[in-house]
Amino acid sequence: MIPSEFDYIKAKSIDEAISLLKDGDAKLLAGGHSLIPAMKLRLNRPTKLIDISRIAEMKGIKQEDGELVIGAMTTHYEIMTNDLIKKHLPILSQAAELIGDVQVRNKGTLGGSLAHADPSADWPASMLVTDAVIVVAGAKGKRAIKAGDFFTGFFMTALEEGEIVTQIRIPLPSANTKSAYVKFMQPASRFAIVGCAVVVTGNGSIDDIKVAFTGVSESAFRDTAVENALKGKKADTETIKNAADQAAEGVSILSDHFAGEEYRKHLAKVYAKRALTEVA
Amino acid sequence: MNLTIQVEVNGKKHKSTVEARQLLVYYLRDQLRLTGTHIGCDTSSCGSCTVMIDGMAVKSCTMLAAQADGCAITTIEGLAKKGELHPLQEGFHQEHGLQCGFCTPGMIMTAVDLLSKNPEPTEMDIRHALEGNFCRCTGYHNIVRAVQFASAKMKEMEVASV
Repeated sequence: MIPSEFDYIKAKSIDEAISLLKDGDAKLLAGGHSLIPAMKLRLNRPTKLIDISRIAEMKGIKQEDGELVIGAMTTHYEIMTNDLIKKHLPILSQAAELIGDVQVRNKGTLGGSLAHADPSADWPASMLVTDAVIVVAGAKGKRAIKAGDFFTGFFMTALEEGEIVTQIRIPLPSANTKSAYVKFMQPASRFAIVGCAVVVTGNGSIDDIKVAFTGVSESAFRDTAVENALKGKKADTETIKNAADQAAEGVSILSDHFAGEEYRKHLAKVYAKRALTEVA
Repeated sequence: MNLTIQVEVNGKKHKSTVEARQLLVYYLRDQLRLTGTHIGCDTSSCGSCTVMIDGMAVKSCTMLAAQADGCAITTIEGLAKKGELHPLQEGFHQEHGLQCGFCTPGMIMTAVDLLSKNPEPTEMDIRHALEGNFCRCTGYHNIVRAVQFASAKMKEMEVASV
């Protein structure tokens, strides 16, 4: 399968990419592992591709004040194996390892995945529970968007025309924080049918908890019903079961030939329980 | 739109003109005539088109030739040195790691990625690493044994060379 014709330009800086992006029919190319398959199927036919994958200022992971800053063009593999991530945000290395396969992780990027906003992508759930901030740049300057405001619907984000995701900033969690990401995957595509991310703080009882799902609804979401059922409580088996039973209620549930609505909702409760048990 | 790219493939430098939409796998197979890299599913699921780019396994059906500009690429043709099979090639031979052989080049290239990062993988490590490569013949058991064979052989060679 061959994509339709396009012009290809390698951008050397964020500024250059922003100015090239003014051409309305242009598309940004990161790792290409969502865009190129879509272009091969001709679901997407941009006339110009701007390759941003080698822009140095958009790559790498560093610690800045109380945050980890991940360049948007950092690959899943780099996140999975990075020592700062393993030490401070192990949920991200856990999630990265469950993305696709070795070859996909070697090429796919965090920023590319977030901008694409596939409802079954792994990253959004982890971004929601870690209070990630997505920094974007455009002709009008830079702005920071909270993960909770970024995913707006089915393949939809708060990105405006001409804006580029440049980095992801995540506050370092406090010492008494535990986290987990668990996933039931589509066996061929390895996308999440249900992915559940949990971050919990507390000693003995739960002071604060964040629970988010991906794959379940049109976009990733925080499940406040599950969170409220756990706040201030001790995470024993019974409490976890009761909380997990409330998962994915009151949201519209995706349905496809692999997992219908009822099954997907059931899986959400099962995987909420598994994730909560892992951090209990 | 045509572009000029410079790549090093199996140690040999090439300067080539490619169409912007040319996929890397077609560049390797049709332009360089390196047909050891196979096209299986053409949808980045099966892994039979896997090649190494700057030391990382990548599915060449999901990458443009233009994206490989400036990179060093290794295909299955680049593994054997001076007529000697690479330990992974020898492993697939010795352990009967193939039947029809269609998936084998991709399987081997992904295993090269694994052994470069983890020279002594466990059986689970091997199975996890090969998740992106489909084999419809063997049932995978002998493929795992082939990688274990190569891991042991490479360790032996390393000890011998010290």
